[in-house]
Amino acid sequence: MFGYIVQRILAAVPVMGFVALFVFLMLRLTPGDPAAIIAGDTATPEQLQRIREALGLNDPLHIQFITWIGNLFQGDFGTSVISGKPVIELIAARMEPTISLALTTIILSVLIAVPLGVIAAWKHGTLIDRFVMLISVLGFSVPVFVIGYLMISLFSMQLNWFPVQGFRPIGDGLGQFLHRIALPTFTLTLLYIALIARITRTSMLEILGDDYIRTARAKGLPERLVLMRHALRNCSVPIITVIGIGFALIISGVVVTESVFNLPGLGRLTVDAVLARDYPVIQAVILLASLIYVVINLLIDIAYVLLDPRIRYS
Amino acid sequence: MSDNLLEIENLRIALNGDPEQEVVKGLDMEIKPGQTMCLVGESGSGKSLTALATMGLLPKVLVPHAGSIRMKGEELLTATPQRLRKLRATAMSMIFQEPMTALNPVARVGAQIEEVLEFHSDMSQSQRKRRAMEMMEAVHLPDVDKMYRSFPHQLSGGQRQRIMIAMALIMRPQLLIADEPTTALDVTTQAQILSLIRELREEQGTAVMFITHDMGVVSEIAEDVTVLKLGEVMETQPLDQLLRHPQTDYTRDLLRSVPSHVPRAASPDSSEKVVLSTQSLCKTYGGSGFIFKSREVNAAQDVSLALQHGRTLGIVGESGSGKSTVARCIMRLIDPTSGQIMVGDEDIAQMHQRDLKARRRKIQIVFQDPMRSLNPRREIGESIIEGPLNFGVPRAKAVERARELLELVGLPASAVDRFPHQFSGGQRQRIAIARALAVDPDILVADEAVSALDVSVQAQVLDLLAELQKRLGLGILFITHDLGVAAQICDEVMVMQHGRVVEYGPAGRVLGDPREEYTKALISAAPGRHWDFANFRPFSESGRAATSAPPSA
Repeated sequence: MFGYIVQRILAAVPVMGFVALFVFLMLRLTPGDPAAIIAGDTATPEQLQRIREALGLNDPLHIQFITWIGNLFQGDFGTSVISGKPVIELIAARMEPTISLALTTIILSVLIAVPLGVIAAWKHGTLIDRFVMLISVLGFSVPVFVIGYLMISLFSMQLNWFPVQGFRPIGDGLGQFLHRIALPTFTLTLLYIALIARITRTSMLEILGDDYIRTARAKGLPERLVLMRHALRNCSVPIITVIGIGFALIISGVVVTESVFNLPGLGRLTVDAVLARDYPVIQAVILLASLIYVVINLLIDIAYVLLDPRIRYS
Repeated sequence: MSDNLLEIENLRIALNGDPEQEVVKGLDMEIKPGQTMCLVGESGSGKSLTALATMGLLPKVLVPHAGSIRMKGEELLTATPQRLRKLRATAMSMIFQEPMTALNPVARVGAQIEEVLEFHSDMSQSQRKRRAMEMMEAVHLPDVDKMYRSFPHQLSGGQRQRIMIAMALIMRPQLLIADEPTTALDVTTQAQILSLIRELREEQGTAVMFITHDMGVVSEIAEDVTVLKLGEVMETQPLDQLLRHPQTDYTRDLLRSVPSHVPRAASPDSSEKVVLSTQSLCKTYGGSGFIFKSREVNAAQDVSLALQHGRTLGIVGESGSGKSTVARCIMRLIDPTSGQIMVGDEDIAQMHQRDLKARRRKIQIVFQDPMRSLNPRREIGESIIEGPLNFGVPRAKAVERARELLELVGLPASAVDRFPHQFSGGQRQRIAIARALAVDPDILVADEAVSALDVSVQAQVLDLLAELQKRLGLGILFITHDLGVAAQICDEVMVMQHGRVVEYGPAGRVLGDPREEYTKALISAAPGRHWDFANFRPFSESGRAATSAPPSA
């Protein structure tokens, strides 16, 4: 197990290297000159030249890349071209809203979706099953911003239960935090409920046809235990996979939800940086996102081993 | 009240409860306390459904719409789910065919046994554990302390079936329903499980409803036998009576189809040229790894064989013996580690895949499960002509040949544009054979090719292979776990164990007068070897059994 984890971490290094190179090249190949954006419309060619020099944009590509990677290893992610602040500070400031939203969304979704999926599979073909499927089709097909604005219009404008926008860190008190994050969470949750309920239902349906479920029933176990102890545990691998990927997706960019609810999260940081050609920020954010994917995938794989004794990595 | 433990009366089970679609058609059966009743029949006979109906475990689409199943006078068909749950494990228990899949793969086996006590007794946790371990001892599992904490995949098939039996009998039910409990096991394991069931039956006085398709197994375990066909009872008789004096044509046919363990006479000519041979063929798995070296496994070691034109060589062994590994190496579906594979006078053992392509038409394979080896979405004609098309035969000619081949294997030529699901298992295997023959091979490898078939169909497919061999001069390499089948079709037999050749020689000699301990053990474990089913008598009464070839049925 330990050897396996070490091996996986080592294997992540080249992955991260490729991502870094790819991001770097893609940004250099897209049209648009950051110097021109910084300098503004009225800049003279001399001013432009000076800015380029300051940013190192005149160096050959491989020198720029090596400089960047070298700095990364010293913990220097660069400085935002636009705001002049260190990238690492910018990202750190945006982490909390995004991670908070990801956690609340995933927790709420799992709590609702897994039981829904289990019941739908157990009552396969009945009205309950169809109702769950209907919810899940809705969750997939209604765009997030539509749900978001509907939520705002209903719960904020008319009922006045929740504030329209904004974010309060959890340090300001749990009540304040939850009050602000509730609407964006509900908005995103619908999609994740759809996703997780569906995968739970599908895997449960498959597992419920398995021989050991028949064995469990032949032992005279109550249905509740047949479902929870024997079936659900065997479904955990696909469910965990979807949860993990869902979590990574939220962290690496829920631009729409963050925009609708005016949350100062990573998604909006990324979009702003892309629009402004703020290379150092874009590079750092994408690297961070890929790092999160690698870590979450590793966690998923470790969960497999813990959940399913048949999976052993050597 | 009668003294019967279980009474089934006019049981009718139908798809969706629709009397037009009955699958069990008015079945009557009685089991007395302590009695062992065998339910015998081929697939579709309704034997498993009867068992599941008794347990209340029928799939929802199958509805028992008439009749009655009474356990000690209590009606089960109308019992509430709560009542049925209470009766399961305490009054009646069931074990299943596939010990590989019948246990929850992510729970420890000890916990799975204990679970029964959790719901059907008020024992404390430590009492439960003690009782579970006692029961594991009772089914003769080794190293119970360790085994208690094992997961199912760490156990062999036989051990898992023992766990199932321990689970089923821990509450001392009066009825044990065993649905093909040994079918998926190797013969030696099968013999052990059968004797375990006999032993526990005597110890606990449990009645057994034993479901099987195998007459050999019936002759080992039954007191009374009920023969089923397509949902109807053909006859019910005490074992000896049934085997000696079957009352119906169906039972007689069934008994005649049982492959006899007496080897058939070998094909006369043994001077034909060798079409396939191997020299010191080895296949090793593992031994490599990124950081940690994985364990090496010798799947096949030093296998040398020779197959002649027009003759059949059988490779016999239990699971893990390496017989399929040898077949796959010879087909070059996997690459051998070392050794030679001579097809004709060419060594293909290390040949490059590109060069192999042209040689593939000389050697073709038929697999065990024709349902899975034929593409379900292609017309069978398309599957058959695929090979010839690859070798450049014009389409029209290939289709014409496919039609001939279908007739050759006993199917109508017009079947070319039908799909695999429109055929029965036996017909599908005929199609698979036609597909293999489409490129005119010299050698046919049959990997457990009749193992998934009912005995009557099995006998037909074996006859077909023998006939094709006579007509086309095929060399057949026949891989099987079934000694009876091997005795019926092979001229030479190679017995394998743990990747090594144990014994190799003429079929009559190896199976009739084995020299190696392992071969002897295999033969003595084969169920029903004392019975000459086709002649309705034990071998002990038929004179010199070992040499008399059975009459052609």
